[in-house]
Amino acid sequence: MFALRDVHHAYDGKTVLSVPQWQAEQGAQWLMLGPSGSGKTTLLHVLAGILRPSSGQVSVAGQDLGALSASALDHFRGKHIGIVLQRLHLIDSLSVIKNLLLAQYLAGQSQDAGRVREVLASLDLADKANARPHELSFGQAQRVAVARAVVNKPKLLLADEPTSNLDDARCMQVLDLLLTQAKACGATLVIATHDQRIKARVPNQFELGAARV
Amino acid sequence: MNLATISLAYLKARSLNTLLNIVLLALGVATIVFLLLATAQLDQRMRRDAQGIDLVVGAKGSPMQVILSSIYHLDVPTGNIPYKQALEIAKHRAVKKMIPLALGDSYKGARIVGTTHAYLDHYGAKMAAGKRWENVLDAVIGADLAKRMNLKLGDKFHGAHGLGETGEVHEEHPYTVVGILEHSGTVLDRLVLCSYETVWAMHASHHDIKDINDIANQLNEEEKEFTALLIQYASPIAAAILPRYINNNTDMQAASPAYETARLFSIIGVGVDVLRGFALVLVFSAGLSVFIALYNALNERRYDLAVMRTLGTRPRTLMLLLLFEGLLLALIGGALGIVLGHVFTEVLGHALRMAQQVSVTGWTWVSAEWWVLALAVGVGVIAALIPAWRAYRTDIAGTLARG
Repeated sequence: MFALRDVHHAYDGKTVLSVPQWQAEQGAQWLMLGPSGSGKTTLLHVLAGILRPSSGQVSVAGQDLGALSASALDHFRGKHIGIVLQRLHLIDSLSVIKNLLLAQYLAGQSQDAGRVREVLASLDLADKANARPHELSFGQAQRVAVARAVVNKPKLLLADEPTSNLDDARCMQVLDLLLTQAKACGATLVIATHDQRIKARVPNQFELGAARV
Repeated sequence: MNLATISLAYLKARSLNTLLNIVLLALGVATIVFLLLATAQLDQRMRRDAQGIDLVVGAKGSPMQVILSSIYHLDVPTGNIPYKQALEIAKHRAVKKMIPLALGDSYKGARIVGTTHAYLDHYGAKMAAGKRWENVLDAVIGADLAKRMNLKLGDKFHGAHGLGETGEVHEEHPYTVVGILEHSGTVLDRLVLCSYETVWAMHASHHDIKDINDIANQLNEEEKEFTALLIQYASPIAAAILPRYINNNTDMQAASPAYETARLFSIIGVGVDVLRGFALVLVFSAGLSVFIALYNALNERRYDLAVMRTLGTRPRTLMLLLLFEGLLLALIGGALGIVLGHVFTEVLGHALRMAQQVSVTGWTWVSAEWWVLALAVGVGVIAALIPAWRAYRTDIAGTLARG
């Protein structure tokens, strides 16, 4: 569950994001659509609590993000929000399993190797636990990034352009994976995308370009 | 997973760079530790050897040479002094204790010192085997020397004239080993000791000596000579009287061990200072290298840092991570440097023992080493400060939006 109300963000005096209202139920699955440069990434960062908007109210899982101090927001993000970045950004100095343990550690959770192995197994990565990210194919690395985002059972799962640069078959696989994983942990899912192929699969859609001033 | 394992993983990921930093730091620390160990031991040995000796009386010449040759047995003596004058000094009311030394011969580079039992007592020498000398040509061997030359009780050997390795050998009178001293950590460890009459007998070979043990009665007064007298004052006031008396009224000279060793250390001190400066340059270039490594690593890792923030890390934790890496490098480098310093010192000490100079060992610890470790850690942490501050200020949204 999340709710945005009158969210504006300006950068260098220029409005880059304007969202009058957007609400989602807990466990709902949404696409955030819009052409490149329409502010999808900015909105995703706002939802993730990475970026505080210039004005407006953002609440995630019933928590008003604006009311949190900087370090409380960091803690909240680690615990309740999972993000799959477009370029994945796995930590290459650490093995796959350590990347996931790191996510638990940095979120202030206890490090649960059982949970990590469970997530890896559900993403068909059990045999890659000790591999280093650079040894993986893109598909495998993307699944590790998803695993890292869901390992702490977030309330909100965000994915930034997860299907761009993928062929049709893989595109659907990744989409399935995100939908299943979000469901498995009961997370609200938001996929930021301009990929027309997946529109038919997710009924809830939020069009960004239209909302711009 | 914790900060330490993350830091270690990053250090391992760029192991060559890490190795360079550790080696640089270790070399600097090792040099400082070596200096600390060597000077502390040298200082301690020199103090112990000179302990209780207030004044040394020898022939006219360089006072430092008198001290070096008669207390530390390092330099050649300035000459000899007459027996009669020595007796007069001994009787002076300012003198509490007088130990005569007759030098001039050596055995394979080790000095043969003719003296009295008072010399042994002065250093609290204990016998490891055998007994002290009683007769002329009896010899007592210092612990290190006995080990190095493999001398045992009852062994006979010939002394050579002069203090070098190549002097003319006194073929006619072999010494007999009657005693071996326990290791005392003093100059005695590397000496051959005997009665001063033995030294007289060696140099009176042109005489027709009937009973060598009665040598003192068969020599002319002019032939009886000492090389130096080690003197302990009867009272502090003696320091004001005795040196002046000797320098003004005799053709001998009085040299103060305290003054001359202080002078010697101030000369050695210049070399020590230069080496120490060099070591500090090494330590600080290591610091600079750590700084550059961490600063460059920041660029490579800006996404890692931003991702860590999205995973819930507080800026403070990222700062700690960088500081921890600097600290870890410093600790490893510092610890390795301390070990290396001890090994250097021991290797050098071993070489010096072979050359039977003042011995130095690497297997001791001086408390100042804690300060060296603190210095290394301080350098590591300071080098990490600016990178840590930059990590603290990572702009997550900006960094991620760019990549």
